[in-house]
Amino acid sequence: MSAVIEVSVAHRLGAFSLDAEFASDGRLTALFGRSGSGKTSLVNVISGLIRPQAGRVVIDGRVMVDSAAGVFVPKHKRRIGYVFQEARLFPHLSVRQNLLYGRWFAPQAEDGGSTLDDVLDLLGIGHLLQRQPGALSGGEKQRVAIGRALLAKPRLLLMDEPLASLDEERKAEILPYIERLRDGFGIPIVYVSHSIAEVARLATHLVILGQGKVSMSGPTAELMSRPDVPILSTSAEAGAILEARVLRHEPEHGLTILGTAAGPLQIARRNLPEGTALRVRILASDVMLSLKPLDGISALNVLPGQVSAIGARHGDGGALEVQLDCNGVGLLARLTVKSAEQLRLAPGSPVYAVIKSVSIDMP
Amino acid sequence: MSDWLSPEEWTAVRLSLIVAATAMLASLPLGLAIAWLLARGRFWGKSLLDAIIHLPLILPPVVTGYLLLIGFGRRGPIGQFLHDWFGIVLSFRWTGAALACAVMGFPLMVRAMRLSIEAIDRKLEDAAGTLGAGPFWVFLTVTLPLALPGILAGMILCFAKAMGEFGATITFVSNIPGETQTLPSAIYTFTQVPNGDAGAMRLTLISIAISVAALFASELLARLVGRRIAVE
Repeated sequence: MSAVIEVSVAHRLGAFSLDAEFASDGRLTALFGRSGSGKTSLVNVISGLIRPQAGRVVIDGRVMVDSAAGVFVPKHKRRIGYVFQEARLFPHLSVRQNLLYGRWFAPQAEDGGSTLDDVLDLLGIGHLLQRQPGALSGGEKQRVAIGRALLAKPRLLLMDEPLASLDEERKAEILPYIERLRDGFGIPIVYVSHSIAEVARLATHLVILGQGKVSMSGPTAELMSRPDVPILSTSAEAGAILEARVLRHEPEHGLTILGTAAGPLQIARRNLPEGTALRVRILASDVMLSLKPLDGISALNVLPGQVSAIGARHGDGGALEVQLDCNGVGLLARLTVKSAEQLRLAPGSPVYAVIKSVSIDMP
Repeated sequence: MSDWLSPEEWTAVRLSLIVAATAMLASLPLGLAIAWLLARGRFWGKSLLDAIIHLPLILPPVVTGYLLLIGFGRRGPIGQFLHDWFGIVLSFRWTGAALACAVMGFPLMVRAMRLSIEAIDRKLEDAAGTLGAGPFWVFLTVTLPLALPGILAGMILCFAKAMGEFGATITFVSNIPGETQTLPSAIYTFTQVPNGDAGAMRLTLISIAISVAALFASELLARLVGRRIAVE
C-alpha cells in the first residue's frame, strides 16, 4: 500500500525557511517539534492555507499541490478537515449550524462519511446543539470544532495543537475522543503537538521537525525508544511505548498482569477484561539497570535484555540514555554517566531492566 | 396630520424620505463593494480611491453640487450619455437630489462598513474555506453576517446624512417644490419669506423627530444583531 500522505515542501517566509519532506500511512501522524519549528506552516501547506513556493502534496492518491506541474488545488476543494488551536467556531451560528456548515458544500451523492448522530455520539455534544458558541467552555468548543470538521466528510483531518489552549482537566476530557476518532472513523489524521505525552498516547507515526526541517520520521514506538533523538530522549518525559494485553488479574494482591513481547508486567489492578489491548509507557527515568538478576528487591517488574545503543551525554550534564533490546522490544533507561562507566555498558551487554513504574495509555 | 401641515410641507417631508431612502438603497451595493475592496484589496491606487471617496466629506457641499451639475447636467458628459442612451435625466429632478444625497452620504457609509469588515477575524474565513466553502460562499455566510452591524450603521448614517443634505442638492437640482424641495430646502425657503417662522419650526421639529427615530432604529438593530453574534 502506498503512503496516504506524501508531503515535500520548500517555502520561505521572511527569515524562516520550511524545507520538509515526509510520507506516512499511519492512522495518526504526529508532527512533533518545539514552537517555531514549522509544524503549523506545514499543516497550512497541506490544508491549502499557504501556497508553497515549491513542493508536492499528495493525499490518498490525489495530487493537491505539485509546483512542477503547476497544480494547486484551492483549500475549499481539498476536503481536508482542519481543527485549529483556537476552535474558530462561527460566532453568528448555533452549535448545530456550525456542525452542519460543511454539509452544504460536501458532495451529496458520495455516501459514507459520518452522520450527525454518529458525531454527536462520538463527541458527546448532543446537549449543546441549540447553544451559541460564545456560551461554551473551551473543551466543548474544541469538541464542536472536531465535529464540524468531521461532518464536512474530509479525506484527511488536520489537528493543530487542539489541546494547547486547554487546562489539564479539559485535555484529559478530550483525549479519549481523539483516540476513538483515530480508531473508529477510518479518516487519517495529522496531529500537531509539542507534548511528548500526547504524541506517545495518540500517534502511530511520528514526524519530528526542527527549524523547518524533518529530522526524523517513523513509527512512534520505534522513535520513542531510540537514545539518539535528542528532542525526545533528553526530555523529562522520554520513554518507550509497549503494546500490551491484559493476561489475568490477581485480586489477592490487587494486581493486573499484562503480557508484552518483552515479558510480563505487573501493574496496579485495573478493571479491564482479559485480552484488552493497551498501550503502556515506561519512562526512561523509571528504569534502572542491573548486570545480574536481582534478589531481594521490592520492584516487581524486571525484564531481561541487552544494551542495543548508548546515547550521547546531555550537554555537560551527568545523564545519558541507554536503549535496551528486550526480546525485540525497545526500552529506554536514563542513567548517570558515572553508572554507565562503572557498569562498563556497551552495545551487546546483557542487562536486567528494573522498572519502577508503568503508565497506562488506554487503547 | 394634514390639518397641521400644509400640502406643500407634507410633500417636502414625503419627498425627503423618498430621496433619502433611494440614496441609501441605491448606494448600498457599490458602498459594500468599495468597503470590501478598501478593507481587503491590495492594488495600485488604493489610497487614491480612498481619497476620492472621502472628498465629499471635506469639500464644501456647494462645490460637490456644482461638480455634479457639470458632470451630470443635461450638457455634462455623463448627463448627456445617460440622456441619449437611457433617457435618464437627473438635473432638476428628484432622482438628481437622490444622487446628490448618495454622493454626500457615501463616505460615511463606506467608512462604517469598511471598519466592520476589517474587524472580522480572517481566521474564521479560512476555517470556512477548509470546510468546503468557496470565496463567494465564505463572503455570503461568514463575512457578510459578521459585518452586519457595521453595514446597518453605515446605511443609517447615509440615510441621516441624506435627510439633512442641503448644499449639494440645492446647487445641483435647485429648490423646486414637489420635485426637488426636500425638508432642508423647504425650511430654507420658509426662512426667506415674511411670516415663515411657524412653517420653519414645524418642519424643524419633524426633521428632529426623523433623525432621532433613525438613531434609535440603528441602536436597536445594532443591539439585536450584537446579541445574536455573542462575542467570544
